[in-house]
Amino acid sequence: MTTTGRGASGTVNPSSAMVTPGFTWSPGRAFWVVAALVSALFYLFGKDWLPKWALSYPRQWNLPLKTEIGVFMNWLVEDATLGPISFQEFTRGVAWLLEWPLNAATSVLATGLMSGPGSSAVQLLPPLSWLAVIAVVVAMGHYARSRGLAALVGGCFLYLAVFGQWHSAMVTLASIVIAVPIGIVGGLAVGIAGYRWRGLERLLTPLLDLMQTIPIFAYLVPILFLFGFGPVAAMIGTIIYAMPPMVRITMLSLRSVPGELVEFGRMAGCSRRQLMWKVLVPAARPGLMIGVNQVIMLSLNMVIIASMIGAGGLGYDVLTSLRRLDIGGGVEAGIAIVVLAVALDRLSDAYARREPRSGSPTRGGLLKRHPWTVTCLLVVLGTGLAGLVIPAFQTYPAQWQITTGNGWSDLVKWINVNFYDALEAIKTALLLNVLIPVKRFLLAMPWAWVTLLLTVGAWQLAGTRLAALVLALCAFIIVNGQWPKAMVSVYLCGISVVIASLIGISAGIVSAPRPRLWQTMRVVVDTLQTLPSFVYLIPVVMLFRVGDFSAMIAIVAYSVVPAIRYTVHGIQKVDPQLIEAGVVSGCTRRQVLWKIQLPLAMPEIMLGINQTIMLALSMLVITALVGTRDLGQEVYIALTKADTGRGLVAGLSVAFIAIIADRMIAAGVARMRRRLGVDA
Amino acid sequence: MKRAPRPFGLAATSLLALALSSTAALSAVESEDPIKLTLHDWTGQLITTQLMGEVLQKAGYNVDYVQADYIAQFAGLKTGDLDVAMEIWETTGRDAMDEAIATAKVENLGETGMQAIEEWWYPEYMKEKCPGLPNWEALNDCAEVFSTAETAPKGRYLGGPVTWGGYDDERVEALELDYEVVHAGTDAALFAELESAYQRQAPVLLWVYSPHWATAKYKGEWVEFPAYSAECYGDPATGINPDMAYDCGKPRGPIWKVAWSGVKDKWPGAYEAIKAFNVDNDEMAEMIVKVDLDGQTVDAVVAEWIAANEDRWMGWIGQ
Repeated sequence: MTTTGRGASGTVNPSSAMVTPGFTWSPGRAFWVVAALVSALFYLFGKDWLPKWALSYPRQWNLPLKTEIGVFMNWLVEDATLGPISFQEFTRGVAWLLEWPLNAATSVLATGLMSGPGSSAVQLLPPLSWLAVIAVVVAMGHYARSRGLAALVGGCFLYLAVFGQWHSAMVTLASIVIAVPIGIVGGLAVGIAGYRWRGLERLLTPLLDLMQTIPIFAYLVPILFLFGFGPVAAMIGTIIYAMPPMVRITMLSLRSVPGELVEFGRMAGCSRRQLMWKVLVPAARPGLMIGVNQVIMLSLNMVIIASMIGAGGLGYDVLTSLRRLDIGGGVEAGIAIVVLAVALDRLSDAYARREPRSGSPTRGGLLKRHPWTVTCLLVVLGTGLAGLVIPAFQTYPAQWQITTGNGWSDLVKWINVNFYDALEAIKTALLLNVLIPVKRFLLAMPWAWVTLLLTVGAWQLAGTRLAALVLALCAFIIVNGQWPKAMVSVYLCGISVVIASLIGISAGIVSAPRPRLWQTMRVVVDTLQTLPSFVYLIPVVMLFRVGDFSAMIAIVAYSVVPAIRYTVHGIQKVDPQLIEAGVVSGCTRRQVLWKIQLPLAMPEIMLGINQTIMLALSMLVITALVGTRDLGQEVYIALTKADTGRGLVAGLSVAFIAIIADRMIAAGVARMRRRLGVDA
Repeated sequence: MKRAPRPFGLAATSLLALALSSTAALSAVESEDPIKLTLHDWTGQLITTQLMGEVLQKAGYNVDYVQADYIAQFAGLKTGDLDVAMEIWETTGRDAMDEAIATAKVENLGETGMQAIEEWWYPEYMKEKCPGLPNWEALNDCAEVFSTAETAPKGRYLGGPVTWGGYDDERVEALELDYEVVHAGTDAALFAELESAYQRQAPVLLWVYSPHWATAKYKGEWVEFPAYSAECYGDPATGINPDMAYDCGKPRGPIWKVAWSGVKDKWPGAYEAIKAFNVDNDEMAEMIVKVDLDGQTVDAVVAEWIAANEDRWMGWIGQ
């Protein structure tokens, strides 16, 4: 489960601004000192001195973009045509095509082969029995790597059966099994096209940025209009969300195939197609597999949101359990998602690294040549037939299921009754001393001033192009009347990112040199990344009430993951000889850490923080569910009112905040790398 | 749309049984296409919808259940992607429903018989700490009791998600209540706070609606505001505050059934049955409690109702 280095995609211009080592007094530095003073003045006296339009952008200056998008959507859905057929007929056709494989997968895994419409449908064939599915994944685990992996994935699937999550998990698995290959193949195709034609890549890069940063709620409504209601629309949403990393990684890893190899392929007389499929793609395979892994993980992240528009499955179970405040039910279904993610992640990883084994017999009986395939087929058939007589072979018997029951609810109740006052005290202190002042400060800044500072900062980091981009993106947020909500978003994410980075970097520093601890940490990190945040959001609300503080905890819990991962990665990557040199020249352990490891790991750590920011922004929509008043809430309101224009404008504003942060950090990292003399 | 996996043999026999038993019924229905009923994420709605679905199946119709968002579903109802939505609340769905009906592609099939109540609510134990309740005028005396560190000295009232509307901010202003309105983002967050406060017997004042399991699980009362009238909302001069509207309680109103306008011609019999559907609050509350608090499945509760009320639903399908 590696996170992609999005930052690497940022454009890097040789800095036109000052690169002055040491603490000399330069105009750049002077500017920021003055800026800080002016900001402080605005905070203290802005309300009295400044005209009203400087603080809140007047409504009558807004562009009517929201309405225009709404009109455009209506036209697209109702009147647009592609030659003889209407656009909607075209998209419905696509949905109809996708429905076939999805129905097939659902039949095999969950419902069995049904015939007839609606409720009069009858089951012609039962679905794969639970034993058969477990046998197949165990076989895949063994084939891909080892007995250990087989036991792990087998155990994961056994959890689903034992905790009564089987049926829902299979519905979810069915949509994953279809969405993931489409995401991979589509991503690969687009990526290859982008590799061949530079122009296309330039077009793709901003589009991919938007696909990854616009909250999915913002475009759910148009998807529903165009593709109809139900699992297929949910699956299309999943694919849109999960595909971008595959495209990026494809382009990146094809580019990084050594030139000699390509040259060699040409000399050997490869055609263009052969060069691609016999040389480039196999050589780029390790990179591509990271993309595959990302597609799987992101698809599973979408399970909850997909269930809101009709995908059913585990996401639906999580939502309904929590609506009943059945915390145990929500946790069990949530862990089922984690378990599914872990099993698929480890399997795909093992397939990626698998070396063809020598010495497997090529002669002998069918059983000898394909022991696993034959065994699986036998188990599928055997349990299927046995299931006709003894249902336990087909469906895991309900009386053997176990459940944590009220354990989780009781735990939360115990904490609530015994520790509420202590928690409340901590919360109040943080709110009054940190959160509220920061919020007031940001809201007191005039929009033009913040835009100016950002633009100057961008110019210093990477020159005029970045400055122009930042200016344009800020202007979009301003003229669409999203500025105050954007500032609330920045405040909530900003504080969360600072806390998540502090926790994440410390945790990374502690666990990097200790392999045992890192093993445990990985489990925690994997869980945090895949457990739907809704599961812990409700207990958090019970302990901390509705409000910004609960939202902050949820954001920190989710976005701390890359900060940990990248810190560990960065520290482990530091050349051991340099540490050796430090130790020899008499550094204490603390000095080794602060003078050698951390500075050298800084570019990776910054990339981690960049990812932390991205994840924090992506959580805004989820935290809207506990009542924040920011861009996330705006997107959520637009969703429930089916207002495409409003949702997309707010969604784009979130995306633009993300892009500004990403580009500026990327430029900063590039500068830092040059100064440290580490080449990217 | 959960279909319990069944063993092959059983399926085959039931196919035979179905073929024998349903020929008479099926010949009576106008179209064998499944009628698509929407499911949302609250238990009452699941029960209502599956009750209707069961009854339609008894009449020989094919039904299909589709997960859809409460408001977003209107897009589907307009095109006929979805056919029937069984619970549109006067209090939360009115605007979306009116907008859809105005296009003439969606039709209101009348009341479900259930009445939606939404109002400020407090647990019973709060009456000790604030003796003047349920009269709304007592609220200002108790603002301190209901306050938290962030809102003090004002009281804290936890409103519903912004999308539910409800005009609570306006109400607080018009009635000059010393309260701050905090909006929960979802239903789940709203009741999570209630559960937490109830466990500690701590002060809480929030938006509760009925029919819902909360009114069965927690003992408490609705605040009594000046009674709602259309004029009170529409005309500032009416009511206690001569300068502002919304100086009264929230409207109570029916829960409606709506359908795609094509249902009438495609399945006339089903159309009549859906129009005839009627259950009341007490009946529904009892079923919701069985599911959410006693842990029975929706299917079981629906089956029980169907078995016990044969006369009623036979009447709906005209037999």
